[in-house]
Amino acid sequence: MANGVPAGLLYSKEHEWVKMDGDVATVGITDYAQASLGDIVYVELPRVGAGLTQFGSIGVVESVKAVSDIFTPVGGEVVGINDGLENDPASVNRDPYGAGWFYKVKLGDVGQTNDLLSPEQYEQLIAES
Amino acid sequence: MTTEINGTLRRTALFDAHLALGARVVPFAGFEMPVQYTSILKEHDAVRKRAGLFDLSHMAQFSLTGADVGAWAETLTTNKVANMKPGQARYNVFTNEHGGAHDDVIFYRLDDNRWLLVVNAGNADKMWAHVSANRSGDVQLKNLHGDYALIAIQGPRSVEWLQPYAEAELALIKYYACTETRVKGTREPIVIARTGYTGEDGFELFLPSDEATGVWDLLLAENRERGLEPCGLGARDVLRLEAGMALYGHELTEEITPLQAGLSWAIKLDKPAFTGKDALLAQRDAGDYPRIVGLVMEGRVPARAGYPVLAGGVRVGEIRSGSFGPTVQRNIATALLDASAAAEGTRLEVEVRGTRHPAVVTPQQFYKRPKG
Repeated sequence: MANGVPAGLLYSKEHEWVKMDGDVATVGITDYAQASLGDIVYVELPRVGAGLTQFGSIGVVESVKAVSDIFTPVGGEVVGINDGLENDPASVNRDPYGAGWFYKVKLGDVGQTNDLLSPEQYEQLIAES
Repeated sequence: MTTEINGTLRRTALFDAHLALGARVVPFAGFEMPVQYTSILKEHDAVRKRAGLFDLSHMAQFSLTGADVGAWAETLTTNKVANMKPGQARYNVFTNEHGGAHDDVIFYRLDDNRWLLVVNAGNADKMWAHVSANRSGDVQLKNLHGDYALIAIQGPRSVEWLQPYAEAELALIKYYACTETRVKGTREPIVIARTGYTGEDGFELFLPSDEATGVWDLLLAENRERGLEPCGLGARDVLRLEAGMALYGHELTEEITPLQAGLSWAIKLDKPAFTGKDALLAQRDAGDYPRIVGLVMEGRVPARAGYPVLAGGVRVGEIRSGSFGPTVQRNIATALLDASAAAEGTRLEVEVRGTRHPAVVTPQQFYKRPKG
């Protein structure tokens, strides 16, 4: 984990991470994103069964003062959401790559991961921003 | 002076100090201001439990001198000014002909002929033009915006942590009072007032800009390890919302009158005349005006400024400010509501991204500090 960007994950320019397991992707926001947002008080997730379009706006994450869109890094069917965020949205701040995950998507087309960034590319992105 | 030059953002004298403390700096009212240093929740908590230090130098200070300041100023404002005694501070609202607010301000009377007027940063140019255009009698005006800094220490430990650096006996300064006293690191006595915008005890220090960094560093040097936190505008906004204090542009505007904002305690309709008095009298007598109330969201979804508020599916107003309220651990808001929907306890719905969420009308003040 160089500069807090874990290896083994894929990343989007909108600061989400994707963990692939077969054709199911787990999605969350990066440590950089949670630090930029500040104290997170609410996460609005898509419903299980919802169909998502890659890079579409599919929910919001709210800090004390601000509302930010979540742009899904992958499209497909939502097959799970992190219920724990309802009562503990701050877990996104504490553990963005673990307990603070957002939702799981079954990908229609696994090829869409080609549009995501490698850890090295993402590290480059945040170094430049 | 106060004007932005070619749209570039101005910096307060403490800008470098903010960067050194790791602040996230954002544009606010023409200035680059710290919105947070570590975390809004952490900074909020420090102010409620210990104390926080704020740079408010973006707010404009006007010096008013002359024998007629009090009588003149109260023709432009809702509250009384002329009967203030030296050493008093008083909240006030400059009104337009329709009773709406040009700005909400604090007058500080330093002695018989010298006053300090502090106006909101976002209204600094407008207010300077307004007081200049309406000046009359023995009143001299000087715009200190930029030349003077404003540092606030707010929280229950404020007296204890500021006292070692101030000559005056701080405990003797009453709430909404002020004094001129020497502070370590300043050449001349400065104005210290027991005022603030957090709902906590605390002081505001008005000092020459070139002395601001010295005093700021001094206050943090010994007190930071005890728990004094530098606090940004993010925490300040949450603190004031919990304390039920109006924010210009939200609860008070050129259209929203101080009567609508729940500030009738600062409107003295027994004064012979002031700008907007007739409009405020008419509004009071009609009685059915939309008004600012508090709202508590029943669920986890925060309400934000601009969201529609509905009663039985019909729009009755909109959210004016909204945030998570850490002290009350609920999502709190203010709303401008039709009179028919504004009674305490009324159950309403707030529309958030197309979905309706239940909320209940409460007093505007969500937090009152324990009497110490």
